[in-house]
Amino acid sequence: MNGLSRRDMLGMLGMAPLAGGVAQSFAADSLATAPAAAKAQTQSAKARQRIQEQHLPNVPLITHEGKRVLFYDDLVKNKKVSMNFFYANCDEICPLVMANLAKVQRLLVNHVDRSFQMYSFTLKPDEDTVEVIRDHRRALAAKPGWTFLTGKPQDMETLRAAIGFKYPDPAIDKDKTQHIGNIRYGNEPLMLWSACPGMAHADWIAETLQWMIHPQVDRVQKS
Amino acid sequence: MYYNVFGERVSKRRFKQMCAAAKNRRELIAAGVTSRRELFKMGLLTAGGLLIAKHGLSSRAYAQSVTTSNPPSGGGTNLSPGTNQNCVPGNQTASPPTRPFIVPLTVTPVARPVPSLTPTPTLNPNLGAGEVRAAAFQAPGIDPNRFPVVPKTLYQFNQRQFSAIQHPDLGPQTIWGFDDGSGPRSPGPTYQAFYGKPQITRNINSLPTITQVNNTGFGMASVSTHLHNAHNPSESDGNPCDFYTSGRFCDQYYPNVLAGFNSTNKPNGDINESLSTLWYHDHRVDFTSQNTYKGLVGFYCLFNQSDTGNEETGFRLPSFPEFDVPLLFSDKVYDPDGELAFDLFNLDGILGDKFLVNGTIQPFFQVSPRRYRFRLLDVGPSRFYEFFLTGGVAAGSPTTLPFYLIATDGNLIPAPVQVTSVRIGPAERVEVIIDFTKFAGQTLYLENRLNQINGQGPVAVDSQVAPQNSATTECSLVLNSNQPAIKPAGGGDLVLQFRVTGPQVADNSVNPASKPSFYQLPSTNATPRIIRTFKFDRLNGQWSINGQFMDCNTFRFAVQQNSVEQWLLTNLTGDWTHPVHIHLEEHQILTRNRVAPTLPTDMGRKDVTQLHPNERVQLFFRFRDWVGKYPMHCHNVVHEDHAMMALWHVVAEGDDVNVP
Repeated sequence: MNGLSRRDMLGMLGMAPLAGGVAQSFAADSLATAPAAAKAQTQSAKARQRIQEQHLPNVPLITHEGKRVLFYDDLVKNKKVSMNFFYANCDEICPLVMANLAKVQRLLVNHVDRSFQMYSFTLKPDEDTVEVIRDHRRALAAKPGWTFLTGKPQDMETLRAAIGFKYPDPAIDKDKTQHIGNIRYGNEPLMLWSACPGMAHADWIAETLQWMIHPQVDRVQKS
Repeated sequence: MYYNVFGERVSKRRFKQMCAAAKNRRELIAAGVTSRRELFKMGLLTAGGLLIAKHGLSSRAYAQSVTTSNPPSGGGTNLSPGTNQNCVPGNQTASPPTRPFIVPLTVTPVARPVPSLTPTPTLNPNLGAGEVRAAAFQAPGIDPNRFPVVPKTLYQFNQRQFSAIQHPDLGPQTIWGFDDGSGPRSPGPTYQAFYGKPQITRNINSLPTITQVNNTGFGMASVSTHLHNAHNPSESDGNPCDFYTSGRFCDQYYPNVLAGFNSTNKPNGDINESLSTLWYHDHRVDFTSQNTYKGLVGFYCLFNQSDTGNEETGFRLPSFPEFDVPLLFSDKVYDPDGELAFDLFNLDGILGDKFLVNGTIQPFFQVSPRRYRFRLLDVGPSRFYEFFLTGGVAAGSPTTLPFYLIATDGNLIPAPVQVTSVRIGPAERVEVIIDFTKFAGQTLYLENRLNQINGQGPVAVDSQVAPQNSATTECSLVLNSNQPAIKPAGGGDLVLQFRVTGPQVADNSVNPASKPSFYQLPSTNATPRIIRTFKFDRLNGQWSINGQFMDCNTFRFAVQQNSVEQWLLTNLTGDWTHPVHIHLEEHQILTRNRVAPTLPTDMGRKDVTQLHPNERVQLFFRFRDWVGKYPMHCHNVVHEDHAMMALWHVVAEGDDVNVP
């Protein structure tokens, strides 16, 4: 897992688009889709608004640099993002997930522009002050493009529920040592959202994040 | 104890208020007050999206909602009359109202082959033409005469975005489907395939490239079409790790050959492993739930010299397609504007409050007073069903009527078994024979009486299974807190209405009561080369198998070609049910919780096994004929998409990894 293999990179970048040829004629064969396209256009804006209302609340947060930001307006809107929760003194899965993210950032550094941003939110805002998350970020040697955030406890909980990182069993949900270790990733304007385990292999996480950044990817896995 | 939808503990009083508020919201939606702005203006909606509880606004509605019997004529404020689904878990609002049983069932047309494909299929992937395939076709390499590179039977399926009406009370939906040349549809056209007739399907991605103005809120327009349950070579299996975008295609070679043809039972394979009901669906890694929910699903019916599709020959099962009808069940939720919605941020599993059969919400089906063969398929995303045949609903005295189970997953069982219900989970199939002869002029229902309130699985399970805890949520208010596993007759979800008003027609099909014999179960006595254990678990919210996660670049274990293995699936999570699917080879259940299976749905050959809370299930496999990569995974597609999957491969020399 020292880096992306050549095969991975080929998979990520996809094949160059074909000029002319059969594939092009397949794509152009779209008579049946014309009414759907018109309908889709009107639905699209509403769908994006719905996702924002239900899952991307505009809660106020503070970055590791002490800057005040709004979650939707400043962090997510028109961006490609990854999001996860951690806390600084966590000795369960956070060290694994955060070390993984540090690897992922290094793997992706040459492949992304500034529209891709990584965010890590604290689960314990009472303990994790701006200074604490700044030091924690520094210890992980995070590069620009990876922002650590804290905020009011209630806002952090709102955010956690909104992005789906809650257990149905309230007893488990209260236990912070069992907190959800997934990485939520998405392309906000395109409404492409999914999640992957934060403890998966870093090169695989990097590849899945690439799908959000460049969705036009073809892939085959040799056996 | 009472909890809200976020799992926070609340008082009983608050819980009742929340329930009333949820009910109020549905009432207002039913009354046409749907915009959040209007609700805000009226001071009825909080910033969190919950309606403020207004005592008295909905007392009648509340009284009705706790009534378990919920007949379709009841009307009232249930937005899905004929069902018991008054509540949607999670962040979703209830769907708008729809009238039940006003739309006829769509019997999906049989797929049309094409005379030729341009360019002609090639043994190796035709990269220059835009094909995305992992490897050369395996079948022609085994026997080029029997499996020519270009077989006689060819299909061209374009996957397209199109507009479909799923119910006239809702607007047209922008969904995805398959087009065999007769126009896009979802479910896609039903294949009528035959053993001994190999075929190629050219699956072309003609979906629009996702842009800001054409995405309706979910779906990833890169695809991999899996033929579920097929004994297929890996390059044509539709692996989740091989996917392609718009304008690309994949030629998939379906040999339609019995397992064992090149190993244990040369040259034709084992007739006792004949398959009948398969299905195809998108399998794009991490996005299968969204893409199948958006419509990329369809049936693949496979026939042979015994299961002929003609009721005057072979096993004399009701004739296809007139009296042999595939039924594809899915549950969905619609936003207040009536547009199909999908909860993108869910990790647990998704339930809908609308029940669709073959793409239509609660349709009716006019049948003749005779026997029918129905192929039932649950495409999820996460719902389990226990289907009953219910009569006497209109008279107010619902009754349970018997029918015959004839197949589990893709296989006819040795002989029909009379049952009063049958349970299926995501991706499972059962086939049943219903005899309408005695019910001329009457109306019957296919009713789901299984109690399930969230994506975890049914609230309680069979006697063979340990009881499970279920967190009480807002939804459970509607269903009561001491919930029975099975709702009373007429108190479940009336999913499909049968009107036995069709003309009297001849019935030459076999009477299942006469104890006809189909195939025998193959022996499971062979000694396994290896026993492997798989623990299905959740680690800090991450779905895992043996503590590891899906990764397309890692093969977790190597199965030896033409060998016998036993797999032990365990689920110690206590409160989750996982329908576990294994590609390539079917299995037989040796034991469930250390005893031989007792349910008829557990006794046949399977490709999906329900793994209930605190269970261990022991499976018997023979891996034969093909080599290459395949996955195993939970088929609650929300779990699957969040890494509850493992990639493995079949090679000449297998490994000895007991806990992969």
